Amino acid sequence: MSQMTRTETGLDAIAAMFARAKAENRAAFLPYYPIGFPGYDDSLAAIEAMAAEDVDGFEIGMPFSDPLADGPTVQAATQKALENGITVSRCLDAVRELRARGVRQPMLMMGYLNPILSYGIDRFAHDAHAAGADGLIIPDLPPEEGAIVAAACAREGLGLVFFLAPTSSDERVALVARQATGFIYVVSLTGVTGARDHLPEYLTQFIHRLRAHAGDVPLVLGFGISTPEQAQRLHGLVDGFIAGSAMVKAGAAGTDAVRELARSLRRAR
Amino acid sequence: MSKMQNGSAMPDERGYFGEFGGRFVPETLIPALDELTAAYHEAMADPAFVAEFNQLQATYVGRPTPVTYARRLSETLGGAQIYLKREDLAHTGAHKINNALGQALLAKRMGKRRIVAETGAGQHGVASATVSSLLGLDCHVYMGSVDIARQQPNVFRMKLLGAEVIPVDSGSRTLKDAINEAIRDWVTNVRTTFYLLGSALGPHPYPMIVRDFQSVIGIEAREQIQALAGRLPDVCIACVGGGSNAIGLFHAFRDDEDIELIGVEAGGLGISSGQHAARFADPDIGRPGVLHGTRSFVLQDADGQILNTHSVSAGLDYPSVGPEHAFLRQSERAFYTYATDEEALNALKLLSQTEGIIPALESAHAVAEAIKRAPAMSKDSIILVNLSGRGDKDLDTVMRELHL
Repeated sequence: MSQMTRTETGLDAIAAMFARAKAENRAAFLPYYPIGFPGYDDSLAAIEAMAAEDVDGFEIGMPFSDPLADGPTVQAATQKALENGITVSRCLDAVRELRARGVRQPMLMMGYLNPILSYGIDRFAHDAHAAGADGLIIPDLPPEEGAIVAAACAREGLGLVFFLAPTSSDERVALVARQATGFIYVVSLTGVTGARDHLPEYLTQFIHRLRAHAGDVPLVLGFGISTPEQAQRLHGLVDGFIAGSAMVKAGAAGTDAVRELARSLRRAR
Repeated sequence: MSKMQNGSAMPDERGYFGEFGGRFVPETLIPALDELTAAYHEAMADPAFVAEFNQLQATYVGRPTPVTYARRLSETLGGAQIYLKREDLAHTGAHKINNALGQALLAKRMGKRRIVAETGAGQHGVASATVSSLLGLDCHVYMGSVDIARQQPNVFRMKLLGAEVIPVDSGSRTLKDAINEAIRDWVTNVRTTFYLLGSALGPHPYPMIVRDFQSVIGIEAREQIQALAGRLPDVCIACVGGGSNAIGLFHAFRDDEDIELIGVEAGGLGISSGQHAARFADPDIGRPGVLHGTRSFVLQDADGQILNTHSVSAGLDYPSVGPEHAFLRQSERAFYTYATDEEALNALKLLSQTEGIIPALESAHAVAEAIKRAPAMSKDSIILVNLSGRGDKDLDTVMRELHL
């Protein structure tokens, strides 16, 4: 079993990822990539290529028919994945296959709640852990509704990531920090996923406010990040960053484009 | 306060009706929902707000809408006496204006001058555009391109009223996708924008707010039918898409345990065809799930992907249903059935030709259930049907389907 070649799993693997990046004085890079785009094999090849570029971790996208937090790029890609017959089971197969191919980085399953509910929360947490996933990110699950999922994740040692946004009050920052395990996904702006030309001007101030109320839970920034220039600004500010729509656009052009973009974002200093 | 439901025990503080409801939305929107909840409770406790709402309901919407005794329809069917609550006579031609007016007043009170709304049949879009014009708000309506094609008169009305109609080309290009886009707009512009949601669904507090603003339907009807028929009805019937007209009717009768409450879903081409929007009728695909921020019954495939629906009526063409209906069904306080496209069209024709009232295709589903039940009921029994809207908007569709 390839999983045995990983010394840590679940929350421990996520913690080790941040520890390593911190020791290297940089923010961890966690690309998002949806299973099944443009095809199932393509998505595995893209993730494997990024792993070889030493990215720090992955958000493994599971498709949903109604992705209301996503912009046009991810909407179109996950729609294509659905047309390719991608299911929750198939996404777990993909993780298992990636572990078998030697991918060692933390992988967090990212998908909307309904397909996970339909699969069964306990069963999903169990099977995700068994497949080699380390955590779970559900954009339409705020902490107030998170208890049922949190219990299943705790049983399996999986991280359960919650979100913070520019609209979150200081009280909510503290609430989310108490409930999030693994890290907090910080949404950089009010809006949906998608590449933007510029990071928001208030970013530094916003992150400092979160840091003041979030204790030492790692903060990972996402939404709108697509270029090495943007990534450079994030070292020393946040513990990690995510690029999603940009990876998907590269994925449409092929594995080489994904590899190039992953390399440039990982090495931007 | 007399014309609005408020202070009901349901939902609980987290927005749950039993196991249904809640708030399943991205974090960005949670503070906005908290703000809306607080503003709503404040407004409802403010006599000036309630007075302004009631004043506009009387002088602008034209409330109370009457209850009409459908004598010729009842005689034709030869059983129960049928009464119609005439929401079709409200300004803009449907019950949607009750909620749109209430929420728009709330938006103004909250200082949010930009309105986004979704619409299926166009009735909620027209109502939103209307109250935005009345109150000087800037209105943007998301509408699926399939619905735009089949509800042209309403699209033009919205534009004439000064609203922007934004076509939605994703997914099934109907109401479900219009809601997705409206939520994406709201999440992007949340600080300046009020989401004027048109049915008793979505994240808490929307199912509660919409129900309360629509509860005027049942409150009026309860008094009116007693005055007209001398007693309460045996059966109340309403169509159920998201379920706002039904919840508005049912609420005033909820504690009258002898009165049957019946919601009618869209049976489309028949349940076995799979081409329908009957969330409660088809246990293979209609089961509890989460869509658009609330836990309720949802039409979904084995993998939890939301299914496309079909109905001749755009307003019922939606894969989920308001969470309070899921609760009323589970607690067996209300009963849910369906009418097919064909049954609804026949009901529309029969009501037109016996009473001179052309109902909306949505409302025709409720009429169809009355037509099924009345003959088997005694002549001294009473059915109250919520005629939630008028059929002018549907004439194109009806002309294609009915060859006269």
